[in-house]
Amino acid sequence: MSDIDLKAMLYGLQPEVAKDSGHVDAPPRMGFFTDTSLCIGCKACEVACKEWNDVPEDGINFTGMSYDNTVSLGADTWRHVKFIEQPKALGNNFSGLRAPAAPSVDLGMPAFAKPGETLGEDGATEFRWLMASDVCKHCTHAACLDVCPTGALIRTEFGTVVVQQDVCNGCGYCVPACPYGVIDKREEDGRVWKCTLCYDRLGEGQEPACAKACPTESIQFGPLDELRLRAQTRVEQLHAGGVLDAQLYGESPVDGVGGDGAFFLLLDKPEVYGLPPDPIVTTRDVQSMYRHAAAAAGALLAGVALCFVGRRP
Amino acid sequence: MTDVTKQGLVGERPGREAMIGAHGTTERFRGGRKRRRRGGEQLMVPPAEPVSYYGRPVIKAPVWSARDIAGYLFTGGLAGASSVVAGGAELTGRPVLARAAKVTALGAVSVSGVLLVHDLGRPERFYNMLRVFKLTSPMSVGSWILTAYAPFAGIAALTEVTGWFPTVGRGATLVAAGVGPAVASYTGVLIADTAVPAWHEAYRELPFVFVASAAMAASGAGLICAPASETLPLRRAAVLGAVVEQLAAHRMESHGLVSEPYDLGKSGRLLRIARGLAIGGAVGAALGGRNRLVAAASGAALVAGSACTRFGIFQAGMQSAEDPKYTLQPQRDRLTAAGR
Repeated sequence: MSDIDLKAMLYGLQPEVAKDSGHVDAPPRMGFFTDTSLCIGCKACEVACKEWNDVPEDGINFTGMSYDNTVSLGADTWRHVKFIEQPKALGNNFSGLRAPAAPSVDLGMPAFAKPGETLGEDGATEFRWLMASDVCKHCTHAACLDVCPTGALIRTEFGTVVVQQDVCNGCGYCVPACPYGVIDKREEDGRVWKCTLCYDRLGEGQEPACAKACPTESIQFGPLDELRLRAQTRVEQLHAGGVLDAQLYGESPVDGVGGDGAFFLLLDKPEVYGLPPDPIVTTRDVQSMYRHAAAAAGALLAGVALCFVGRRP
Repeated sequence: MTDVTKQGLVGERPGREAMIGAHGTTERFRGGRKRRRRGGEQLMVPPAEPVSYYGRPVIKAPVWSARDIAGYLFTGGLAGASSVVAGGAELTGRPVLARAAKVTALGAVSVSGVLLVHDLGRPERFYNMLRVFKLTSPMSVGSWILTAYAPFAGIAALTEVTGWFPTVGRGATLVAAGVGPAVASYTGVLIADTAVPAWHEAYRELPFVFVASAAMAASGAGLICAPASETLPLRRAAVLGAVVEQLAAHRMESHGLVSEPYDLGKSGRLLRIARGLAIGGAVGAALGGRNRLVAAASGAALVAGSACTRFGIFQAGMQSAEDPKYTLQPQRDRLTAAGR
């Protein structure tokens, strides 16, 4: 235990995340690579996750947010497919959207745009639909795990982050600690819930339910090192194909959370997907916070004591 | 098309080679992408770039109830600082003030315990907090601080009221006075150690705001209960607390965009009321504290001001969590500044 670097426990590069948590002979760190360029928005991952993990219904709503009526990750949503509609071409792809075939009757009314102004030369317009299956990031430096006061949140031997439901007392501290807004409290149950990266399936050598169900291999499961290599190849491939917006998100082991165990290939800026562009684990600053609190406590003691100094009037 | 023939599989598509972009397209479409250069003014306003996902929050707002947790921030501070006041009164021979402060501390810490347990999703499991000690979790550290503090605050108050074991009572009073400041200040770390922008960015100032606010609350409680002959230190503490709180709060609210919630909506209203009560209470205590009635009224204003400060800061955190811009904009600015 003495060779553990205290600073690396809170922030920065941490290649041995399971060993750092006390696991001896841990298997390689496992994770997800969600390649959103392959996502077709079928939501099979959402359904498979719900079925396998017995996750309750998360509200029957109509949101008007494209095809997304699930809204966000939460206690009852551990995979969430996002839909973004953009007036933009995807690489050099042809959108398939064309001007109406039948010629319109000219009534001589003033038009807002000259013919052909808003459309391409061949009458095609631009449109792309971004779809992305979001999930718990299983951070290297997981704020939820750091701040959990009961030890209910643990790091597994696979390097994933899991809530022990028989320990959680529903204090809710992990909820605002998560920089991605993933973990949440199930109100009727009182405890917090999130993706377990199908810890029960991993133990049996199976892949998580969402990855198993994904028909396009948009969700890829495997050892994190391998996934990172695969992702690098894929993003280069997309750049070569003219999709210059393609970028990896959460794959860097030196980012603010020490890299995500579940990372993504995005086709636009993270903000567009509702993802924080540069998250930093809040506990990076916890030592400084304690120092300030200790100084404040000393100031209170000294300040009030000073007020008592002097002769009685 | 993939097909199985006698020669084997033909037209097989590669496993992970699904290509978006150039590989699937023809020159015609590429040509089609090239727009004529338009002369003159562009008629259409380019669509605003979405800065968030349908305006939804990026982080989850705390699931804590304001009554329980903001209430705890207030009662915890009142208890901790009251114990310090009790210690001072004990050592300087102010019997009425000592008794009042000890009883206040026990009452406040008892209420805070109830509030904390009540806010749990599984209150019957509150003791799971005491099965581990985690330095990375301010709530764990705080649970242990409270566990260390509460029994001494209890013994101090009970021995005072009953008159039993005065030596033990004196010892407990001094221990509680030593631990009390930690109870009052750690709550600043508790809320700062989250992804809530308005709280996290203010982590340097929050403990100072909280201890100053606690000093005002404890002074206020003492001013209500004790005669003027014993309250000179409280009048000083009220003024000192008010000054420090205003200074620390001003710094807390100087973090650019993420500080905006401290000024807006319900949070802004609460904090403006808090400021008025704090300044009014401190001025009243300083100028008219020798008058029993003015002292009590000033004391009440100080206590109420402290409560408003806690509820206002709590509310500011909620507001900053619920609007994605407070999470996204500073991060994007950070990346831009770093040239990424």
